[in-house]
Amino acid sequence: MSYVVVGAGPAGVIAAETLSRLGHGGNITLVSGEPEAPYSRMAIPYLLAEDIQEDGTHLRHGKGHYDDLGIKVVHERVASIDSKGKSLAFESGGSLGYDKLLLATGATPVRPPIPGMDLDGVKSCWTLEDARQIIANSKPGDNVVLMGAGFIGCIILEALVARKVNLTVIEMADRMVARMMDKTGGDIIADWCENQGVKVMISTRVNGVSENGDGTYKLELEGKDSINADLVVCATGVKSNMEFLEGSGIETDMGVLINEHMETNVPDIYAAGDVAAGFDFMTDKHDVHAIQPTASEHGRCAARNMAGDRTAYRGSLVMNTLNTLGLISTSYGLWDGAEGGDESISVDKERSKYLRLNFKDDVLVGTLALGMTQHVGVMRGLIQTKTPLGKWKDVLMEDPHQIMSAYLACAQDASRRIG
Amino acid sequence: MSWQGQILRVNLTKGTAVAEPLNMEWANAYIGERGLGTKYLMENMDPKADAMGPDNVLIFATGPLNGTMASTSGRYAVICKSPLTDGIGDSNSGGKFGAFLKYAGYDLLLVEGKAAKPVYLHINDDNVEILPADDIWGTTVWNTEEWIKAKHQNPQLRIASIGQAGENGVLFSAVVNDLHRAAGRCGVGAVMGSKNLKAVAAYGTKGVTVDDPKKFMEVVKATHAKLAESGGRQELTEGGTHPMIDMMQEWGGLPTNNFKEVQFKGIDGVNPAATTTPNENGHTNLITNKACFGCTIACGRISHIDPEHFTIKNRPEYMHASGGLEYETAFAFGPVVGVDDVDALTFANYMMNEHGMDPISFGVTLAAAMELYEMGVLTKEQTDGIELKFGNAEALTVMAEKTGKGEGFGKELALGSKRLTAKYGHPDLFMGVRGMEFAGYDSRALQGMGLGYATSNRGACHLKHDVFGPDMEDVSGKGKAQPVKESQDMVSMIDSTGLCLFTTSGWGPEDFVAQLDAALPGEWTLERCVESGERTWTLERMFNQGAGQTGADDTLPKRMLEEPAPSGNAEGKVNELSVMLPEYYKLRGWTEDGKPSNETLARLGL
Amino acid sequence: MQKSLLIDADKCTSCLQCEMACSFEHEGTFNPARSRIKIFEFEHGKRSVPYTCTQCAEAWCLHACPVEALVRNKETGAVEVKDDICVGCKVCTIACPFGTVNYNPDTGKVIKCDLCDGDPQCAEACPTDAIVYVDAAWTGLDRMQQWAAETDNKPMANA
Repeated sequence: MSYVVVGAGPAGVIAAETLSRLGHGGNITLVSGEPEAPYSRMAIPYLLAEDIQEDGTHLRHGKGHYDDLGIKVVHERVASIDSKGKSLAFESGGSLGYDKLLLATGATPVRPPIPGMDLDGVKSCWTLEDARQIIANSKPGDNVVLMGAGFIGCIILEALVARKVNLTVIEMADRMVARMMDKTGGDIIADWCENQGVKVMISTRVNGVSENGDGTYKLELEGKDSINADLVVCATGVKSNMEFLEGSGIETDMGVLINEHMETNVPDIYAAGDVAAGFDFMTDKHDVHAIQPTASEHGRCAARNMAGDRTAYRGSLVMNTLNTLGLISTSYGLWDGAEGGDESISVDKERSKYLRLNFKDDVLVGTLALGMTQHVGVMRGLIQTKTPLGKWKDVLMEDPHQIMSAYLACAQDASRRIG
Repeated sequence: MSWQGQILRVNLTKGTAVAEPLNMEWANAYIGERGLGTKYLMENMDPKADAMGPDNVLIFATGPLNGTMASTSGRYAVICKSPLTDGIGDSNSGGKFGAFLKYAGYDLLLVEGKAAKPVYLHINDDNVEILPADDIWGTTVWNTEEWIKAKHQNPQLRIASIGQAGENGVLFSAVVNDLHRAAGRCGVGAVMGSKNLKAVAAYGTKGVTVDDPKKFMEVVKATHAKLAESGGRQELTEGGTHPMIDMMQEWGGLPTNNFKEVQFKGIDGVNPAATTTPNENGHTNLITNKACFGCTIACGRISHIDPEHFTIKNRPEYMHASGGLEYETAFAFGPVVGVDDVDALTFANYMMNEHGMDPISFGVTLAAAMELYEMGVLTKEQTDGIELKFGNAEALTVMAEKTGKGEGFGKELALGSKRLTAKYGHPDLFMGVRGMEFAGYDSRALQGMGLGYATSNRGACHLKHDVFGPDMEDVSGKGKAQPVKESQDMVSMIDSTGLCLFTTSGWGPEDFVAQLDAALPGEWTLERCVESGERTWTLERMFNQGAGQTGADDTLPKRMLEEPAPSGNAEGKVNELSVMLPEYYKLRGWTEDGKPSNETLARLGL
Repeated sequence: MQKSLLIDADKCTSCLQCEMACSFEHEGTFNPARSRIKIFEFEHGKRSVPYTCTQCAEAWCLHACPVEALVRNKETGAVEVKDDICVGCKVCTIACPFGTVNYNPDTGKVIKCDLCDGDPQCAEACPTDAIVYVDAAWTGLDRMQQWAAETDNKPMANA
């Protein structure tokens, strides 16, 4: 049996490792599209902030880790798939046959369709190479504009501030981190950033970027004065890497569509991680979560199914955590509320603290938190077990910060119920 | 090391909160908590100042062993001038507040001045805020804790606050922390209220480090084991302090009906057995025991009231568990007011915690009012239609609530026994010293206790000396002055460490010293520690003298000195204070009229 | 046989000796705010519940870590944080459905129970045996893990 995993991010690496550890035999090949050892994008911001060295971004640290597990790592970019002939064609010209194929090719940043996005001074921050470029091109005191205050943008923001640049953040939406924070939370984060010297411009559209001729760049803003920058970092979103699937017959939407066994519509081809539109635990719909825990779960589950341990996936719960200049934010599930549900909110703007719990009946379905660092995970526990909170819901409606007490009381009951 | 090296000075008049370095010279001389707090008080105010005025200073003091693994490391002291005694007010409490104030980085919190409007303090490490308390002023301790935790989105905040009693200036109001732990005595809650300070909320992440960690952990391991193995400790774990009530009943030292009697007919309704035996509805009062911070004894009781009991029948808000009876509350709501209904006692205890009052002073004040009522001095019209007779459980529970809320006759009880009995023309019925009411031990049956009461700097207190041994050997004043003096110094030292006095159920002086020596820089010998205790004692005495007290205040009520005990081991005896006191002064190196001599002051570096 | 922490909340007096012992072992200072085990109090202090990591077999934290900073100790079975590798991304803190991995803002890394390399100091310090370190079979660990399974995204075999 020949297993091929395309993509050496967390989903791909975990899948390859799981295939090896399941011990069903076969050859395992991990195809990496980048020249580096498999690394984690999650760690790039810490590299930018110089908290870690490059090897600190590596997914695995053991010497000979992949060899020891019998995983062959090849550095190739896949050009196309011949699903009938069961083989991959590489951009370099070579090819590789497979019996079972996992697509774990992740995502790539997209830049908005405006003039000047291809200029030298406009960088993405996605790969290790991007990170090197940003480090090389930003010095303390430089004017840097960050386009996009989404999740990725905010991670980079932390690193850029650590590099002591003069930072302006421009966001098209009406708030920061719009994909994980409501307006209240987004505004608290924006205030926090402003208080630390970062200029935040929300509801602002960049119409184009041009060179000033002295090595600096000009950003034209819609309805506002243009601004200058030494460097523009673009973090306006990502899209799943699916171009090479053209002609393969594999169905896609925002990502590669997969069933509960992580299978695509084409036999023996599976997908996992940021490229996959898997089941969302809360909505039962297909969605690309593009988060580490989902990638990890996808990778493990896909590997089991590829190896013949037929395993259904219950769907992933969307969750995010972010550290914006020391302000920690978290979101889970239906963080913006469930239809017909209740919400319990505690907000203290002065101290940048916020907690919002969303319920459907007496079950927790989503949460938002700012400034909370202890026992955050119990929110996942309560959401994912769909634990009926009973009288504790009333307590939480009064004071959402009783969440830990509610969890312990209900979890212990649950444990007794089973016992 | 062990000390945090920093204090927090809050001036409510100016609205400022400033951290300043701990005065290390004072720390080395007074250890911490009670001693160090007294030194800071002395240096920051004029003892003549009005206790209820802005010039009084309110200090929350931790000790060097607070927040360490030394057993019972959660005690803190509230120190100020007492409005009840007009002398030194020094009241300590357990729970967890003290340790977390220290974890926030402060050995001591010093509050000066008076806020223009009600405020509370929020301390989160270096972040200190003085915030408006309009939403909680006029509410209970229990509501205040809940509100502040929710407001600051931090269920881990530890809070010391006052109830309406402190706001209304009830002279024996307490500072309550962690729902049912209190700096109960001396009216420290009234001082906090006079400053318009509703609460102090603290949380800290700074930790406490000790000077010699390896040695400290060795010592702590040994002291933990010693305490664990001691029989006295086991009794405290199993029964709390409550079993003392059966012992005092048997001895004939259990103050009953305002100290007219020394044994209580209704003992079976208020003793430990009453809390553990199911009543006719099958309800058992006592649920479990709980500990204060770092405590390996866990003497605290958690109880609940029978939902059918008259006190709470239509009040579901009191059907939850809360702090239960210990010896002093059992005495103060039981024998001394003649009540024998354990759930009524428990309800009165809830009232004390919820509204922030000292059970001892309340109970003994109510006892005096009951005596006045039975004498016909007080009438039913004056007592809101309540039969204020000894033994009336309803009188106890209703008056506890009225006093807490500042209603009706509760406003009279709020004066404390000394002022109440004087107001109604019978000052001899005040059972206490320096304006503060007696605890649950009769001075005729426990002679050394009587001397301890008479000389205790904060007024009639049972916790500033430890002479049970000698007192139970012999019912006379002979040979009592020395153990009183020596144990007063020892207790002053223990009260200055940040640890609880109840550890003496298993520890000797050397155990406290060993823990201090490992935790603190420098060499801490028994001699140095005891001398520090004596220094503290003497400094407290100087505060009182500065406030206008003299040797004439070292006395006991006529009932103790002239009315013989009616029964028990001391039947026919009175307290022999006139024998003990001169001997005591001499041992202390004080003049015949009770002033520390110049030589004594010089010896102690005062 | 592997050992684990057996917690009996009914015996807990809420003294927090365990929190001090834990922080002392890991941080060299008595600091409950940095303890890996926590006591939660309920109902006016009637109940107190010690709570820490069960070293669950699923180890959501370990699998969610993007840089392999969480590693299973084969001797003790504990999932340990490798401080030199942890970047502080906090993904494990949201992935753990028990909420027993916490971020430490002082160090910018996460902390969790590591069973003190087989000699848990919380159990050592507990005066009432509310926390003991015993053979795993005695702990009702299976029961907890069963409950954990409800939380699980874990693939169900042969579905």
